[in-house]
Parts: sequence; structure tokens; C-alpha cells
Amino acid sequence: MSYVSVFDVLGPNMIGPSSSHTAGAAVIAFLAHKMITPPLKKVDFTLYGSFSKTYHGHGTDRALLGGMMGFGTDDIRIRNSFQIAAERGLAYSFTPCESETDVHPNTVDIRMENTSGQVMTVRGESLGGGKVRISRINGVSVDFTGDYSTVIVIQQDKPGVVAHITKVLSDSNVNIAFMRLFRESKGNTAYTIVESDGRFPEGIAEPLRNNPNVHDVMIIEP
Amino acid sequence: MDFKSAKELLELCRQEQCLISEVMRRRECVLGETTRDIVDHRMARVLEIMRNSATQPLKSPMKSMGGLIGGEAKKLASHASKGKAICGDVLGKAMTYAVAVLEVNASMGLIVAAPTAGSAGVVPGLLLALQDCYKISDSRLIDALFHAGAVGYLAMRNATVAGAVGGCQAEIGVAAAMAASATVELMGGTPEQSMDAASTVLMNMLGLVCDPVGGLVEYPCQNRNAAGVANALIAAELALSGVQQLIPFDEMLATMYAVGRRIPIELRETALGGCAVTPSACEVCGRCS
Repeated sequence: MSYVSVFDVLGPNMIGPSSSHTAGAAVIAFLAHKMITPPLKKVDFTLYGSFSKTYHGHGTDRALLGGMMGFGTDDIRIRNSFQIAAERGLAYSFTPCESETDVHPNTVDIRMENTSGQVMTVRGESLGGGKVRISRINGVSVDFTGDYSTVIVIQQDKPGVVAHITKVLSDSNVNIAFMRLFRESKGNTAYTIVESDGRFPEGIAEPLRNNPNVHDVMIIEP
Repeated sequence: MDFKSAKELLELCRQEQCLISEVMRRRECVLGETTRDIVDHRMARVLEIMRNSATQPLKSPMKSMGGLIGGEAKKLASHASKGKAICGDVLGKAMTYAVAVLEVNASMGLIVAAPTAGSAGVVPGLLLALQDCYKISDSRLIDALFHAGAVGYLAMRNATVAGAVGGCQAEIGVAAAMAASATVELMGGTPEQSMDAASTVLMNMLGLVCDPVGGLVEYPCQNRNAAGVANALIAAELALSGVQQLIPFDEMLATMYAVGRRIPIELRETALGGCAVTPSACEVCGRCS
């Protein structure tokens, strides 16, 4: 979304008490849970800044865990997310970190592990009003909001991968709003993040994966 | 169909011969590439959540997560039902609904941020009270919500609605400006009178700091939602009586933003000043000192 909608003013529809500490936390975890193949086995949250100080009274912990189980900001199940996680066999932990201060005031690091042993880490920042930013994936600095339909391609940093991605997208008639490449260092793992105004067509992940240098593809719809 | 300021909004109202609510609804359809039916349907859901959150605690009070509030709405309602209320019908009901929404919010219930969670009681509080007292239909209330959205949009675009950036004047102040402006339209005022009411609210709440006890959206936030409703009502009454304001809304918004940025960091949602550091607050939350 590229304009301030009336539903950004009268919204989000959300479980209280705080758009940044509750709704935003749920959104970050919701985005993160889209980045790993289910079912999840374990999730560890490290909380920074204001999150680390007031997470309990703001229900930030319940909201994070709820988002991780796919609950939206207006899902009343967020209230009972500890119990629901226990029922689903999802282990979780929360660790406040007050020593690291050089981060956005409302930051969380999420370490997810699924039942096949795949591990993924995501850092999210809650910017206020339920708006968020994902700023790190598996230790690599990235930048996207989840406001748009988003494709994340995890790839080897080699020539031709970006051309492959743009060809697949153009063959599927996808109009790209933003496209950026993030990488650890030259030749290592890289992340291409593509944001589009409209939804991606069904099954777009398959042709995107069809390249020897593409490791994984994740699609996140708002 | 878009506007960047109250001045442009009023020009659009004149050009198109329509009310602020209608300009905002058309803007949403155009920019969102969608239909009236869809946006009206979404707004009806907003109204439904608002109504539930404003009325639920009157029957079943809820204790907040932080334990600082809970049960205030029921107390107000029962006081009024004994005929002891001194605020009159509209304000009495409006403040009851407003504190109810904050009660729901603070106990992890479902609310609509309007424009923020901490100020979520003001707009529904006043509009639902007017509906009760003047038998206003839901469809006209939905118009009023679009109108309120127009004012909040201008604040988000040209200033801020974040307490951490602009203090409580940016949260409750803007919420009350939204409510006042929408009320004027709902009660038959002109778009110009609406903007005057919005301007009056920002003037009367200018400089209000954000100082939540324990850093939680509970206290004094709940009281200030009641105060926001009263401010909105005063401003709307002035405008509807034909009292004109010297300072237009765009200028008040700019000056509110400038004042907000000059509020010290301790008084912008950090819980390091104001109510949050009074001895009684520190004793309750055990965090300060």
C-alpha cells in the first residue's frame, strides 16, 4: 500500500493494548512464520529496547507467539497463545536483552526451528501503529515491510540469478514495485526481495526455484 | 481525488458539492482501486468492533494486564443510572464508552486503533453517545467514521499520531480532533465548521505529554480518553454555534507537531517523567526510583 488509507487511521483492528508492542509484535512474528516450512517445533524470542522492559504488561509475548502460530492482529486467540502453543506442542522462550542498546527501541530477534530441523532467524522492528520492518534474515541485513506481496529468494550470490528471477516474474506478468538484493559477502548466500502491488500468481514459487543457484523461495502475502 | 491539507480538503468539498465524509470515501475508492460497497462494508466492521468494545465492560468489567485499571466504565454507568451524573447525557455516555474501550484494550480485547490503541476510546465514545441520544442510523455513523478518518489522515500525513514522537497531544489530541470534526458534520455543520472544531481541540490540548505509568497503555491513558471526549464536545459546540477560529486546522497541526518535537524525551512515552514518576505511580509499578 502506497497511500495512507482511512483504515490505517481507523485501524488496525487489533487485540490491545498497544499498536507497537502488541499488534506490531504479532505482525513481525506472522511474517517470520511465513519464512519457514511448517510444522514448527521451537521458537525463541530475544527482546530489545522497550520490548525488553514492558513486554509482559503489553502482552508482547502472547502476541509474538500468536503471530508465530499464524494469528492476525485481530485474532482473539492471541490472549491464550501460551496455552494454544502448549496444545500444539510448540516450545517457546522469551529472553529480554537490556545490554544491547544500539537497536531500534522495539526490536525482536526470532529463532525458529521446524520439526525437520531447519533453523531460521529473523529480526523485526515495530515502527508504531502496527507497521513493522523486517531488518535481518539469518544474520543478513535486509529491509521490507510486508505491506506488499513479497517474494524472498535465498540464493547463491552468482551471476544470472537475478536475471532468472526477473524473467520468471515477467513471464507471469508480475509488476514489480521494489526489488533489492542483500548479501553477506561476495559469492556467499544472498537474498533477493521483490515486492509487488498485486498478489503473486499461484504456483510462482516453482519456476523461481528452478535454478541451480536458488536455495529457497518464500512468498508472503499481506 | 486526493488532498494534502485541510485547505485542499475544503476546496474539494466546495468543488464537488459534498461533505468531508464523502470526499474521504471517494478518495479511499480511488486510491484503493475498490468500490463503495467494499469500503462501506469494511467500515461497518470497524463500527461493530467499536461498539462491542464500548459496551462490553458495562456488563462484564475486565482487569487490565498491568492491573492499573478495570471496572471504571461500569462504575460510571451505574452512577448515571442512579440519576446522579452531572455531565449530562451526551458527555456522560461518551466518557463511559471511551473508558470502556480502554478497559477492553488494556485487557487484551479487540479494539480499533483510532488513530492509536491508547486513544481508541475517543472517536467511538462520542459517536456512539450521539447515536444513542439523537437516534442516528448506523449508515450515518459510518459516514462520520470516514470523516474522522480524513482528519486523522491529515495528522498522520502532516504531523504525527505517535505519543513517542509528539506526546499525548498527538494521540488523544488528534483522536479528539477527529471526533469533534465528525460530530460537527453529524449534527448538521459545514465542512468549514468541522475544521474549526478540529483546530480548537488541538489548541486546547496543545502540549499534553505522554507519561504512562509503568510504560503501559492504562493510566492516565484511560482518564485522558474521557478528557478527549469532553474536549471534542466543547470544540464541536463552539463551531456549531457559529464561533469561528482564528487559526486554521493546518496551522494548528503544524504547531502541534513543532511543540511535540520540543517535548523532552522523558515526556514522550518513555515513562521517565510526568505521572509515571510520581511517588504513588512508582510505588505501584515498582520500576522507577
